[in-house]
Amino acid sequence: MRHIISILLENEPGALSRVVGLFSQRNFNIETLNVAPTEDPSLSRLTVTTIGDDRVIEQITKHLNKLIDVVKLVDLTEGNHIERELMLVKVKALGAARDEVKRTVDIFRAQIVDVTPSLYTVQITGDAAKLDAFLQAMAPVGILEVARTGVSGIARGDKVLSL
Amino acid sequence: MELLSGADMIARFLQDEGVEYIYGYPGGAALHIYDALFRQDKVKHILVRHEQAATHAADGYARASGKPGVVLVTSGPGATNAVTGIATAYMDSIPMVVLCGQVMSHLIGEDAFQETDIVGVTRPIVKHSFSIRHPSEIPEVLKKAFYLASTGRPGPVVVDIPKDMTAPTERYEYVYPKKVKLRSYNPVTRGHTGQIKKAVELMLKAKRPVFYTGGGVVTGKASEGLTDLVKKLGFPITTTLMGIGAYPQSDYQSLGWLGMHGSYESNMAMHHADLIIAIGARFDDRVTNNTSKFCPTAKIIHVDVDPSSISKTVRADVPIVGPADSVISEMISLVQGHPITHPEALKEWWEKIDGWRAEREGKLYEPSKPGEALKSQEVVEALCRITRGEAFVTTDVGQHQMFAAQYYKFDKPNRLITSGGLGTMGFGFPAAMGIKQNFPDDDVVCVTGEGSFQMMMQELSTCKQYGVGVKILNLNNASLGMVRQWQDLNYKSRHAHSYMESLPDFHLLIEAYGFTAITVNTMEELEPALERAFADKHELVFLDVKVDPFEHVYPMQVPLGSMRDMLLSKTERT
Repeated sequence: MRHIISILLENEPGALSRVVGLFSQRNFNIETLNVAPTEDPSLSRLTVTTIGDDRVIEQITKHLNKLIDVVKLVDLTEGNHIERELMLVKVKALGAARDEVKRTVDIFRAQIVDVTPSLYTVQITGDAAKLDAFLQAMAPVGILEVARTGVSGIARGDKVLSL
Repeated sequence: MELLSGADMIARFLQDEGVEYIYGYPGGAALHIYDALFRQDKVKHILVRHEQAATHAADGYARASGKPGVVLVTSGPGATNAVTGIATAYMDSIPMVVLCGQVMSHLIGEDAFQETDIVGVTRPIVKHSFSIRHPSEIPEVLKKAFYLASTGRPGPVVVDIPKDMTAPTERYEYVYPKKVKLRSYNPVTRGHTGQIKKAVELMLKAKRPVFYTGGGVVTGKASEGLTDLVKKLGFPITTTLMGIGAYPQSDYQSLGWLGMHGSYESNMAMHHADLIIAIGARFDDRVTNNTSKFCPTAKIIHVDVDPSSISKTVRADVPIVGPADSVISEMISLVQGHPITHPEALKEWWEKIDGWRAEREGKLYEPSKPGEALKSQEVVEALCRITRGEAFVTTDVGQHQMFAAQYYKFDKPNRLITSGGLGTMGFGFPAAMGIKQNFPDDDVVCVTGEGSFQMMMQELSTCKQYGVGVKILNLNNASLGMVRQWQDLNYKSRHAHSYMESLPDFHLLIEAYGFTAITVNTMEELEPALERAFADKHELVFLDVKVDPFEHVYPMQVPLGSMRDMLLSKTERT
């Protein structure tokens, strides 16, 4: 099963490499990875999506917790949560397809953020499944380039991941 | 307020931290630190002949004393040479602080002379690591390093120190930090009371219980409590290789150690148990054999200070995260005054165990006949007799390691010092050195083989310099015995590179360093040679004992089998 693990990490040099290294060292999967500073300059928030059965996920969270640079973590998939990813896509937009792309962009509530005579650059946010669906819809037209941020997430309701 | 250079801060900190010995080797990036150590006399620096030996010596010291071992090496090759010793300490959870010189900060990343990203290289084999970015950080970072290395589940910590951080011209305020806090590190101090109660209920109701305890009891200084608990309950106990001596092996309730080359009765008892009480052990593959066939009828209680050890390879029914000593003492107070529910079942269980013991009695190995080569097993038994089972015994890795663990009887913890997790050949001799310097009045013997000994024999020179009187028992079968055993069993005895051609004349070699060597070929020579070797506690003596190269280590678990699937000799199996 797919899990989204959010981590508060010491904003220290080498901290990220410890997290990433742990996954390869212990033969765990990383599907997506996303990291940026938080409102507290001493902390980064890192979100990783990974796939594994309960036993593997238990090991992943235990080993992550063991890293000295990991201050706190939560498996968002254990409760209700909001999951978002941002994607920028360059797609071909020539002839009849130009209108078709525009229509599809509207259906997905995406935005065209850059235009040239031959292509559109589309910005789209949503959960990973929505982004996948958009890519599928665009495939016949011709996808030129994809840049995805990886999943970021937060728990619904009063639950807060903080110190 | 005191102003000190980075280098002087390091020397002062080590003094304030109570460090007696530091093992190391100088080089460019560490020279300021070496100069600071030279100008003081509280911390004694031991100059090894290879950085790997520094880490093993510090490791041996740490295991025997329970205090963190300290290593100082220079950048680049100095640091990379230390890697095997750091990995050895990591796998066996040994507290160690490794100070590495590094090139000047402005050169980092430029492939400067003797530059290695040692924090990167050691990342998967350390508990944590630090890079010093300003000299004023030194006292706090070092305190954190010692704190992390020696608390919770202990382990090695690397501190990378660029040369400009120790420059003698720059001085900063020095205060010894008595305490440090890390917001993300709070090792547990006691187990969950509810879980401990649950565990004790299962223990009292058990019909076929076995204690299975590991290195965590030794490093957690919980041997006394464990012995008390096991005695109170009257249960059998087996330990891992790392846990040997946590419970006296000469006691009736001890079944010896378990696993791949563990005792027949240990492995049989584990397989048939209805309750396994695991404390400070990690269900390692050399213990469990095939996990899907592991202890099919047993419920499992697992106590460990490291939550990631629990249910890693074998699912625990009652997990308890906590240090061995406090959990055990809580268990003792709960057991007190509560008799076990099924004393008759326990009696039957002991009858069964005694039956297994009797099956193998006198059949463990075939002693040599007059005129035949000595067996390693009888040599270790003689060693145990002569040293009254009281020596610190270090080993290298291979057949001799297993023989030492099987035939020397340990009644105290921290007496068998061996590389259990990583299995590092070359560990034993430098480790013995580190122990002997700190326990000068005890017998310290390295049981080794001619293969392993040659990996670290340059340390004879260190022993000469500091007058380190360890004994070296070389079980010389002129082959890499364990490799050869596997080749006999799995490769139709094709001995690919497992023989030792062109061995040195050990007699001449040892004498070249000014030490005594004794060659032993026969049973008549053995005991007198051992007596002679242990006559003077302060003299290094090397015993070159020629042993049977055809001997195998048994019992040996059958690959992919259960605990009870064992080869018992070249012709018998369960």
